[in-house]
Amino acid sequence: MLKALTALYSAHSIEDADGFADFHVSVDRAGGLRRWLRPKLYFRVDGEDPFAPLPADQGLPMLEWGMNWCVTGHCHQYLILHAAVLERDGRALVMPAPSGSGKSTLCAALLFHGWRLLSDELAIIDPAAGSLIPLPRAVSLKNASIEVIQRFAGDAVRFGSIVHDTSKGRVGHFAPPIDAVRRSAERAAPGWIVFPRYQPGAVANLARLPRGQAMMRLIENAFNYNVHRHTGFEALANLAQASACRTFEYSDLNQAVALFDRMADGLPLTDTTSSALAA
Amino acid sequence: MSSQGRDWACWALQNLERLPQLTPAQWEPVIRQARRADLLARIAAQLERRGLLDSVPPAPRAHLMSASRVWHAQMQEVGHEAQLIADALRSLNIPVVILKGAAYVLADLPAAEGRLFSDIDILVPRAALAEVEGALRLSGWMSDYKDAYDQRYYREWMHELPPMTHIRRGTTLDVHHNILPITVRHPPDAALLLAQARPLPAFAGLSVLAPADMILHSMTHLFHNDDLSHGLRDLSDLDLLLRHHGGEAGFWQSLMERALELHLALPLAYGLWATHELLSTPVPDAVLEQSELASASRLPRLMHWLWRRVLRTPHHDAALPGAGLAHFALYVRAHWLRMPPLLLARHLSIKAWKRLSQKPQELAAAQPPA
Repeated sequence: MLKALTALYSAHSIEDADGFADFHVSVDRAGGLRRWLRPKLYFRVDGEDPFAPLPADQGLPMLEWGMNWCVTGHCHQYLILHAAVLERDGRALVMPAPSGSGKSTLCAALLFHGWRLLSDELAIIDPAAGSLIPLPRAVSLKNASIEVIQRFAGDAVRFGSIVHDTSKGRVGHFAPPIDAVRRSAERAAPGWIVFPRYQPGAVANLARLPRGQAMMRLIENAFNYNVHRHTGFEALANLAQASACRTFEYSDLNQAVALFDRMADGLPLTDTTSSALAA
Repeated sequence: MSSQGRDWACWALQNLERLPQLTPAQWEPVIRQARRADLLARIAAQLERRGLLDSVPPAPRAHLMSASRVWHAQMQEVGHEAQLIADALRSLNIPVVILKGAAYVLADLPAAEGRLFSDIDILVPRAALAEVEGALRLSGWMSDYKDAYDQRYYREWMHELPPMTHIRRGTTLDVHHNILPITVRHPPDAALLLAQARPLPAFAGLSVLAPADMILHSMTHLFHNDDLSHGLRDLSDLDLLLRHHGGEAGFWQSLMERALELHLALPLAYGLWATHELLSTPVPDAVLEQSELASASRLPRLMHWLWRRVLRTPHHDAALPGAGLAHFALYVRAHWLRMPPLLLARHLSIKAWKRLSQKPQELAAAQPPA
């Protein structure tokens, strides 16, 4: 476990200069007979274990999921969405989506293609400033996505241990790019909101999404909209207003990243709207 | 600064003026322990009222602001929820008394500051229980427990219905007909509580307990509870209630008389001792002495030794030696007080059996609430 953590977080600093840690987390073995009979691991935050234990080989995913839970459950100074966030030229690409929509795979492909990673899992919005705050941690991929990204990125990607038979299937983590970690204090302004969906056989297509619909889907993907209420509504409305809103279907990652390049460069997209215009 | 056995949340409650001078490193154990004690929002709100929150260093302030936001959202929701409860029960024409955390909010008491709670508790006349349950069902509140034994446990022996959850809003409501289980040896007469309740002008049909009754209920809840994970938080509520009413003419005398009338002299004695001893609540010496005498408390020194270990932040860094033993002893005591021995033995063995087949929450990849 220590080896895996070192591999994933070698670029991070160990402790903040002012000596304040937000959370003390641990993954520990159960004591007593359990240790020998059926070893289980507990995730603890400041000594409390809010979740059911997991089998002894799932320590790393458990720690990652637990750390996400600390953020989504306790950091309500921010508005938090279930979304991957990347950046290019200071503008954020926010991709909210439920698990299984191909969000993480697309995020991984884009970060190996010149986009800066803010987070593969959590969009953290400063409601007052409207900017997106980076949280570059280990990137997690599941099942077939692991091989898909290995093929896409080649030697650039090195998975830490790959864990089998978790509640989400096979899970692999790789370290965030060093550049993303170094620039973790650098926020991004809203740029694009894209709702991705992996669709076998689909030609990569970015379609316009009316802002009202984008807004509703942002709310669906928010962890703590109920805590922010009025300010949360305003923050999401501002985010939708300041971003180009799109839905995205894809099956091929090379097509996908090429299309996102065009989008970032402000070139015409070959989606239904623009091809209709071209005709 | 993080020495073993120090309760930093408890310290912070009594040293609010000194908090802005702490360094980020000194803040760390305060934030960690206050989060475990469910007191982050309370400390934030108290600092905010004194205009001190902005002087806290940014890293710990972020955690205080986060808790404060949750509290503010809850404050807005409680009024709305109370209105819906009043609407659901209006046609019954019965007294409906809001209890505990929600009551502090609706009555605009200092104990509302930073108080988080997960459900609303109401007190209604026992004779109206069936009608109340029916009316709440019509408005969308459904009983949580499907299990026949749990249903029987609540309905035959407890002072409340099984918790109800609203099918659309997901809010939880506990309907009480008394403030202690009907199986205790001398239950208080709930009619006395209802008779003295104070109407809430902004919510037609709803009221809160009179000040002395509200305090006695809070003490009874704390000193009869088998779950003491919020012990320090509840003690802080009591501290704020006693400080708020303590200066009113005749308050202490009426509090003691009311405790005797309701058979609650023992929780009163423990409550006054604990707030005074652990949170420096100003309680007149004569009142402390009289309440202890009136309580006929057996083994007060042993009991104080136990309560001192349990009414603390539930964090391993705050624990005193003997804490595990004290928790176990008071857990047994709570059940002992609640039920006659044979019934208790039966109940605990059924609970133990059922626990074997229970599953806690699964931790999996992040997922926003549905």
